[in-house]
Amino acid sequence: MNKKRRFLAVDILLIVMMIAPILFGIVLKVLTQPATEGIAVTGALVYFTIPLPLGGLPITESQVNSLLVILSVLALCLYLTHGIKEKAETRRQHVAEWIVEKVEGLVNENMGRYFSGFAPFIAAILALSAFSSLLSLFGLYPPTSDLNIVAGWAILVFVLITYYKNKCGPIIYAKSFAQPVPLLLPINIISEVATPISMAFRHYGNVLSGTVISVLVAAGLQGLSSLLLSWLPGFLGEIPFLQVGIPAVLSVYFDVFSGCLQAFIFAMLTMMYVAGGFPAEEYEKRKLKKQKTVKVN
Amino acid sequence: MLELAIGIILGCCALGAGAAMIAGIGPGIGEGNAVASACEAIARQPESKGSVTSTMLMGCAVAETTGLYALVIAILLIFVAPNMLVNILLNAIG
Repeated sequence: MNKKRRFLAVDILLIVMMIAPILFGIVLKVLTQPATEGIAVTGALVYFTIPLPLGGLPITESQVNSLLVILSVLALCLYLTHGIKEKAETRRQHVAEWIVEKVEGLVNENMGRYFSGFAPFIAAILALSAFSSLLSLFGLYPPTSDLNIVAGWAILVFVLITYYKNKCGPIIYAKSFAQPVPLLLPINIISEVATPISMAFRHYGNVLSGTVISVLVAAGLQGLSSLLLSWLPGFLGEIPFLQVGIPAVLSVYFDVFSGCLQAFIFAMLTMMYVAGGFPAEEYEKRKLKKQKTVKVN
Repeated sequence: MLELAIGIILGCCALGAGAAMIAGIGPGIGEGNAVASACEAIARQPESKGSVTSTMLMGCAVAETTGLYALVIAILLIFVAPNMLVNILLNAIG
């Protein structure tokens, strides 16, 4: 009995941990948001600046929100794996196993057997990106519509790509720039640098365009409804009745569908670039040579 | 005179943003082609609907990139550039 009660208490604690960061974000937004008239498309709010020797380090709304998303996803993972057993009995364990199997299948299919250890990283990217975009459903500033956050992820992916390209030594990495003819060297360097830039801009532009279009449509509907009702006396003329329901249709596309699709695409491109940059044949050759020399010794 | 200069800055920013979005034509044509081919493929082989759809979405998202570059430039021109340029002008006048 005591054991059961403790299990339930931990469950409730984890659910609270899941919801608390989002509530904290909403409270923080209500307390700090300056009142605006009409439509406003602004960047992330700067909460405060940490003074450093090389210019200040601003702590913005998007950084705080992305940390809140990380906490929330961590609590969700702990909740799904709480009370896990060897043989799946509870519903949440089935959900957790389904997620792990799906991601492992995706990684094995797109990256090959050598990269099967990448599954947790890809799952983390998927969850972080999707939940960051979905944060706008709560009225919070989605961290993915800030270029700085997405550029951070893209730079991380770029470091991974470069690491796996260097797996067979820097000479082969340098040679790969002069493929197929040395004349293409500058173009290859540009395309190498363009990879993280295009990844960052793709994700950020999609989410930001959704936000801007939603704001414009909501403001337009407000103006239209006040135009239609302006002959009514008093407060009746100010009811924005067209704003009920119609922006929700846009939100389903821009926030839910587009956010999840962009998360999937970011993960897919990460897998393709990392697996594509890895010189698999050369690596296999070296491995075989090493094994042979070990046997001879 | 200052009003005229600021007016020229604002008007040119808006014109530039509109001109930048001409780039939206390219992704539109490209994605239309991609979806048309995907429809044909599904009609020919209905059993491969899942993989064709996911590949199509992937291709659409990659084709969209150039349009998004233009969009980012247009948004910068509308929301960021006027402020910056007017500040530069006022600083130059002193």
